[in-house]
Amino acid sequence: MANILSVKGLYGGYGSQMVVRGVSFEVGRGEFLGIIGPNGSGKSTLLRLATRILKPSAGSVMLDGKNIRSIDSKAFFRRVAFVSQDTIIQFPFTARQIVLMGRIPHLKRLQFETRRDLEIADRALALTDTSHLAERPIDSLSAGERQRVIIAKALAQEPELLFLDEPTSHLDIGHQARTLDLLKKLNMEKNLTIVMVLHDLNLASAYCDRLIMLNDGVIYREGCPDEVLTYQNIEAIYHTVVLVNKSRITSRPNIVVVPGGVAFTKEKRVNNG
Amino acid sequence: MKSRIKIKITMLLFILAASIALGLSRGAVDIPFLSLFEMPNRPILYLRFLRILVAAVAGSGLAVSGIALQAILRNPLAEPYLLGTSSGAALGAVIAVILGSAGLYLPPAAFLSAVLSVTLVYAIAKQGEHIPVQSLILSGVIVSVALSAIIVFLVSISSDGALHGLMWWLWGSLEVYDMKLLSVVALIVFAGIAAIFFFSQDMNAMSVGEEYASHVGVKTEEVKKILFFITSLVSASIVCVSGIIGFVGLIIPHIMRLAVGPDHRVLIPCTCVAASAFMILCDMMGRTLLAPLEIPIGVITAVVGAPIFIILLKRKQRIR
Repeated sequence: MANILSVKGLYGGYGSQMVVRGVSFEVGRGEFLGIIGPNGSGKSTLLRLATRILKPSAGSVMLDGKNIRSIDSKAFFRRVAFVSQDTIIQFPFTARQIVLMGRIPHLKRLQFETRRDLEIADRALALTDTSHLAERPIDSLSAGERQRVIIAKALAQEPELLFLDEPTSHLDIGHQARTLDLLKKLNMEKNLTIVMVLHDLNLASAYCDRLIMLNDGVIYREGCPDEVLTYQNIEAIYHTVVLVNKSRITSRPNIVVVPGGVAFTKEKRVNNG
Repeated sequence: MKSRIKIKITMLLFILAASIALGLSRGAVDIPFLSLFEMPNRPILYLRFLRILVAAVAGSGLAVSGIALQAILRNPLAEPYLLGTSSGAALGAVIAVILGSAGLYLPPAAFLSAVLSVTLVYAIAKQGEHIPVQSLILSGVIVSVALSAIIVFLVSISSDGALHGLMWWLWGSLEVYDMKLLSVVALIVFAGIAAIFFFSQDMNAMSVGEEYASHVGVKTEEVKKILFFITSLVSASIVCVSGIIGFVGLIIPHIMRLAVGPDHRVLIPCTCVAASAFMILCDMMGRTLLAPLEIPIGVITAVVGAPIFIILLKRKQRIR
């Protein structure tokens, strides 16, 4: 499996503050990779560095062996799309207009969308189950509907590689499952490579082929969910006591928080020194 | 959907044609429309025609600058004077009057000092290579307040009667006294609108969000810098010929967004037509309501614009 993305010795952050401090990893074509880690561990910053939003202080990100800084930004976003946490949109664009913006990297300036662009947008709306919302203003949709429209916009870019930053954090459990099922389906059927930041360890465990566990701007563990999601690793970086079972459905790790466990870890640390 | 837009555009063009006809035929002196074109009335026709031209230039320039700033700042209150052009221009004009050289040097003084104040706003807001939108708005407000204070101070210590005339200029006037100036400004405004239109797609994406725009390949920092420069140049030039005309740059963009939607590729041309018609009608009212006295156009734009806007806003809310 050829690597679509390769990150080498990446450093970056805001001003003089380094948030990502020496991260290297590879993403195989067609892989479903999850990035997990506590708040402030550098997950979102890593995605911003990998999608040209932030300039790295050191290190490189290569897309198919080419440094992303040397790729023209429109050409880059014809191949790579990004879905952020939650986008609050004030201007009354309709859902279809938002999805059509995914075609911007494919269009010339002042060029109106062709019939083909409209078809691609319609297909993206259908895939994300939002066709019935097409003419609604985006600011009148619920958070779940809006997030699906934003994913449709990313799909309208026709990317080979899709980054998502906590795409399900504002969604209820039903919409979480539907969104991730859709991503899994695109991953399996269209060989779309997915790199996703997730807070929910159980969803990460159930859907991702491989996980990268970030802590304090560096990779703490990397591997399949079985290797990464052990109670020792979770306790070490989240300072939380958890029980790790095996899911009866996916036979992958299933994490249960132990109530009062945070106090327990603090006590233990005090006792140990 | 597409045909509804076409109907709206046709209606707008019709309104523009009607307001041009009204602007030509109505004035301080009553002349029947057809006899306007007879030889002895030609100078009056010419003067009215010039005012229509200024109205169209100032109206479209201010409204399109407003659109661009609202989109890239993602702030519905943004308007062309937000970044300090109006207070800067006013200060320049006051200084020119106090120095006794208002007649010839008022436009260049107003323009220069508008450009200086925008530069100041920009310099305060800038953080390295990056211009954060929030600090730009804040520094615009701060510089405007500071400059207004200086203006009030200068006016209060000077006993010059000419400053009273200036107050009138500060509320806007479409009187043309310099054809050369008008042609230069018209050229700048026209080029500016064309340049802003060129960035329509970028503004569409940026009005959704800056990171969102970056993620479809828009070079947001570059676009912001270019559009700040163009809108400042356009509004500073307009201030030189017509003084400070409020409300057009704020309200026409909102009205047109309600009417034709937020897609800038449609919104910008429609706004040019609507803003021109609006200004021509406001100017016509300013000239005729209390003839032979003339009401400053800034007063009319505010008095007429605000109710139209409120009605549209309320109707839109009811639809939701």
